[in-house]
Amino acid sequence: MTATPATDAPLRLPPATLIQLSPDSWTAPFWEAAAAHRLVVPRCTSCAAFRFPPGPFCWRCQAQAIEWVERPGHGTVYSYTIVWHPILPDLADSVPYAPAVVELADTDDVRVVGAVTDAPAHAVEVGLAVELVWRDVRDRVSVPTWRPT
Amino acid sequence: MTLRDKTAIVGVGATPYYKRGRSLPQTSLELAGKATLAALADAGLSVADVDGLALYGMGLGGDTSLFAQTLGIPEVRFTATLTGGGGGAAGSVGLAAAAIVSGMATCVVSLMSLQQASSRFGASYAPRGKVGAQYSAPPSPEGNFIQPAGLMAPGQMFAVLARRHMYQYGTQREHFAEVAISTRENARRRETALMRDPLTVEEYFAARMIADPLCLFDFCLECDGAVAVVTVAADRAQDLRQPPVLVTASAHGGHGRWGQAITWMNMPDEIFASSGHRPVAQRLYAMAEMGPEDVDVALFYDHFSPMVLLQLEDYGFCAIGESGPFVADGNIRWPRGSLPVNTHGGNLSEAYIIGMTHVKEAVEQLRGTAVNQVAGAQVALVTGGPASLPTSSLLLRAP
Ligand SMILES: [Zn+2]
Repeated sequence: MTATPATDAPLRLPPATLIQLSPDSWTAPFWEAAAAHRLVVPRCTSCAAFRFPPGPFCWRCQAQAIEWVERPGHGTVYSYTIVWHPILPDLADSVPYAPAVVELADTDDVRVVGAVTDAPAHAVEVGLAVELVWRDVRDRVSVPTWRPT
Repeated sequence: MTLRDKTAIVGVGATPYYKRGRSLPQTSLELAGKATLAALADAGLSVADVDGLALYGMGLGGDTSLFAQTLGIPEVRFTATLTGGGGGAAGSVGLAAAAIVSGMATCVVSLMSLQQASSRFGASYAPRGKVGAQYSAPPSPEGNFIQPAGLMAPGQMFAVLARRHMYQYGTQREHFAEVAISTRENARRRETALMRDPLTVEEYFAARMIADPLCLFDFCLECDGAVAVVTVAADRAQDLRQPPVLVTASAHGGHGRWGQAITWMNMPDEIFASSGHRPVAQRLYAMAEMGPEDVDVALFYDHFSPMVLLQLEDYGFCAIGESGPFVADGNIRWPRGSLPVNTHGGNLSEAYIIGMTHVKEAVEQLRGTAVNQVAGAQVALVTGGPASLPTSSLLLRAP
């Protein structure tokens, strides 16, 4: 009596053609590092609060200055969905895919969103330990995905 | 000073509700005008009386100039939009009340006109039509941190909040089903509702999964149509055609770090699995000098069924995390539940006009003319959102 499709289906990824980046001066360093497969997160130089996504002010002390801190990309799944229905016809070959909100270790719980990869649908759960895998979508454009560890 | 009981809703009007695309060849402007004229007629007023427009989201495309010119409003003295999206549905009436209490206008129309033939709200953050095509919403620097994961639709995003609520509190899909099924039961008796067939638990669980844990019946409808509401000062309302419905309180906004919410996903942990309404609810009750125990019927914005559960918690009808058992006990069922919810069939089963049908139903309940009338209803709660900031709400009462 359940409509959940076969949950051992391997997870897929949304098509690379769908991914368009439009960085501004505050987010560009993140994507430049990403293209080099490095995960960097901005931290306030006044109060040490992480801000994410990168932006012009600290949400805690309103200072502007940041330092870019590199992290290895370990985290745990905070929540997720498994997308079974392609909302556009061109997504028909890309389901199921699983966008996950991941709490990044050693960042005061900055959450980084990415699709889960290299796993069946049933493997995704809240609390799952994951590691970052950069997905190269085209030249100089890489985006975060998450693989169970 | 507050706006408590100083204004009243005196007229409501609507076009028929259509499945997405079926309102053509009428234009969106035409639907807006038809609903407005119907609301004015309901009140015993005319276009000559209107001097204010209080909108929300992308109502009238965020611009009232063509509407005023087309209908021939003699003089516009107030024109404002509550920012955000569907979260402003209830709050747009609060904006109207604020305009009147402040003396800026005397007769204010709040309305939503919706046509989705060429643009589907359900894919708000997706490329339009096909991959690689133009975006419904252009990619933003912030959206770049969400969309590459394939989060492109509000339903997928709210599914993430629903999943977190299930994890934290043990909420089950059976609880979502109770929202969908009780709402459908209400719609079955209404001629205006687009979905009138009974919905069983078996059918709910047999439906296709869209964005786990949300299946087809957890999603609202995709509609065209328009709904308008007319607000005037309470003393003037006494002389009009309908029994006035007092605007007892209105509030909007939310925690600043609720912010973009579903297109951000970095809200504080304490409110992540919430509706974003919690601080709004507290201000609403304070202004009204009322509490949840005073509410006779609740019209909760129901774009996705789990979001009704989260609002039950944030508006204090049950403890945080206990909305699942609350609905399982039959509390939201009309007519015998302790708090009948979405007696009109809601966004889920009557029509999705971005929440304005909820205001209309509250007015009909307090006039005593609702199809699914709550016996002796004196106080109605109406909400807009969960959405990005702001969410909004209204407490309305019979005089
Ligand atoms: Zn700081």
